[in-house]
Amino acid sequence: MRSFLRQLAPACIALIVLTVLTGVIYPLAVTAVAQVTFHDKANGSIVTVNGKAVGSALIGQQFAAEQYFHPRPSAAGVGYDGSRSSGSNLGPTNPALLQVVAERVASYRAENGLADTQMVPVDAVTASASGLDPHISIANARLQAQRVATARGLTLEIVLAAIGRHIDDRPLGILGDPGVNVLELNISLAKAG
Amino acid sequence: MSATGLLQMLLLVALLGVSMGPMGRYMAKVYGSEADGKAPGDRLFLKVEGAIYRLLRVDPKREQRWNVYAMAMLAFSLVSVLFLYALIRLQGSLPLNPTGRVGTTPWGAFNASVSFVTNTNWQWFSGEQAISHLTQMLGFTVQNFVSAAVGMAVAVALVRGIVRRGQKTLGNFWVDLVRTITRILLPMSFVVAIILVSQGAIQNLHGYTSVKPLDQTVAVTGTDANGAATSTPVTDQLLPGGPVASQSAIKQLGTNGGGFYNANSAHPYESPNGWTNLLENYLLLLIPISMTVTFGVLAGSKRQGHVLLAVMATFWLLFSLGAVFAEQSGNPRLNAIGVDQSSSATQTGGNMEGKDIRFGPSTCGLFAASTTGTSTGAVDCMHDSLTPAGGGFTMVHMMLGEVSPGGVGVGLAGMLINALMAVFIAGLMVGRTPEYLGKKIQAAEMKLVVLYIVAMPLALLAFAAATVVLRTAVASLQTADAHGLSEVLYNFASAANNNGSAFAFANTSSPWYTITMGIAMLVGRFFLIIPVLALGGSLVRKQKVPVTSGTFPTDTALFSGLLFGVIVIIAGLTFFPALALGPIVEHLSL
Repeated sequence: MRSFLRQLAPACIALIVLTVLTGVIYPLAVTAVAQVTFHDKANGSIVTVNGKAVGSALIGQQFAAEQYFHPRPSAAGVGYDGSRSSGSNLGPTNPALLQVVAERVASYRAENGLADTQMVPVDAVTASASGLDPHISIANARLQAQRVATARGLTLEIVLAAIGRHIDDRPLGILGDPGVNVLELNISLAKAG
Repeated sequence: MSATGLLQMLLLVALLGVSMGPMGRYMAKVYGSEADGKAPGDRLFLKVEGAIYRLLRVDPKREQRWNVYAMAMLAFSLVSVLFLYALIRLQGSLPLNPTGRVGTTPWGAFNASVSFVTNTNWQWFSGEQAISHLTQMLGFTVQNFVSAAVGMAVAVALVRGIVRRGQKTLGNFWVDLVRTITRILLPMSFVVAIILVSQGAIQNLHGYTSVKPLDQTVAVTGTDANGAATSTPVTDQLLPGGPVASQSAIKQLGTNGGGFYNANSAHPYESPNGWTNLLENYLLLLIPISMTVTFGVLAGSKRQGHVLLAVMATFWLLFSLGAVFAEQSGNPRLNAIGVDQSSSATQTGGNMEGKDIRFGPSTCGLFAASTTGTSTGAVDCMHDSLTPAGGGFTMVHMMLGEVSPGGVGVGLAGMLINALMAVFIAGLMVGRTPEYLGKKIQAAEMKLVVLYIVAMPLALLAFAAATVVLRTAVASLQTADAHGLSEVLYNFASAANNNGSAFAFANTSSPWYTITMGIAMLVGRFFLIIPVLALGGSLVRKQKVPVTSGTFPTDTALFSGLLFGVIVIIAGLTFFPALALGPIVEHLSL
């Protein structure tokens, strides 16, 4: 016990010193360098349209109107709530998961005018990990293309070409997985008409 | 598994293979492998460290016996828990709190402070909803550094105990702690944090940034108190802020794993793309595997380190391939309801519940195996939504005792403990007193080895068993079936192994879970570390016995195989019955 008490003084001082070093100097130094060298990224990669902030290039947002591509289901708050990142955490055999997926399959088909036998891309009917997934799969985007084209009075080719321009591919061709950035795609189509 | 998934894995292995040698040798120098005690960067570091030692009133040349080393470690951990507890309770009245977070419940603060001090980083809370920026910086970021450094210091003390002959001391805890931070963790974290920011991870001190989403027709439908349908327009989106990159860097490098945000490394602001995901996966494996090189250098025999590495790498590879394959195969129950889970040029397919598009099944499986094999607990996909097989692999990976390759420091220590068990069993077979690196392993050492090996399963299974008979505890699980049992097993495995990842559907904020998991974390940390130090203290006194034709060599493939087998048998005998009722039965029910 005496040897424990004798270590308490260095323990307290060590915690104070290391807190200053790793809890104050370190994060503030990183902040300073980041704010100077990568100002926009360090502040959230905010996307503006006509000078107004509409979102972040990295964070998904909800779209409901038919002229927009729709994102994946989200479990973040009421959906894409940036202050409540979350997955559904539903297990693979949970009846609640199977029921909600079946409902989403039906509404995805109805929304996009697809046949009852059309298989639906898995990302379109499952909730993401973060609840803020900025991407959808290319297959998902292509199935929505006709609806968006009709609503905007554009040809299908123009919309498919726009999808192609907004694919975030795998770095080096192997890192992570590719997807279409929904917000950026929708912004580009809104500009096109 | 897909070709790109395989190539991604090969690239990760190649990067680790290239860097572990230099990293391990550098760490060996930091821990005094050179005869003159010199290490790179002395001119700068010695000044800083000298100033710190003077503040601590510690003589860096004066070494400690194992019990003093342990007391210093315990004293430091105790004041860390008390400080962090106070910080979490008082954060509502403290500055740098732009999102207006208030103090948590007492049991919640107990759990969280123990969690970060024990390098577990279990989070019963959602980071962005519960924790102020000040607590993240002064509390969590600091503990990410120091709890990792404590683990590394303890491992090095054990190695000194094995290598030194006829001595009494294992080094100086304060020196090992400080040098680990100033020379290894801090410089590397700084560089990594800047790289993360360059890819889009955020680093600021803001609260929320409010933006006007493009589609202003979005509304949330629901029902009001009278049962009438309501429709609430969503006209704003809150984008979070915070010093995120600086914490993400050390969270990975120090195998801590506590995310700044609830979604952890799946959050786009913590890990925006494939580059950052690879970097984070690489970082959580780097120090644990490099420690085997450090061990080889300090022990004067590289092959001794290679043998341990081979066992670690074999486990990691098997579990990675298993998890990747299970996730890419998808959830068979969804095929029947019209969901396309096939892999093609236009989608990654597989089990996408709980996964972001940029980190699909292969990417997630690789990360999940790495995070559970290293006691990290950071996630780039939600483990509760893994397939039964995928979830089972990650769970068993923790139950091996975090040795593949294990947390920073503690992974090497755990593997050395298993090595002692392996030589003991080999000794029993031939009727000779077992030896490891020339040190006789006798009754005193084997008692400590057994204490180490029994502590984690005891904490895990006892609390898990108590939980499943408590009605209130079961009520917070998502289903009272095989998956519910998997949640209990996974979460206590995570706590008792100081991992920190979760099957997160279960509501673990109640007093029962926060307190029992807090105890499990304390057992999983200190009932392992103290036997390790005692073992070092016992071994350091011994003289080396000469190698004879009767010595069982521990630097051969045969020994690797024996070590592998010992780990499998211990975990298998301990956990198979419970696993059979959880993930195994859930998998068979698909």
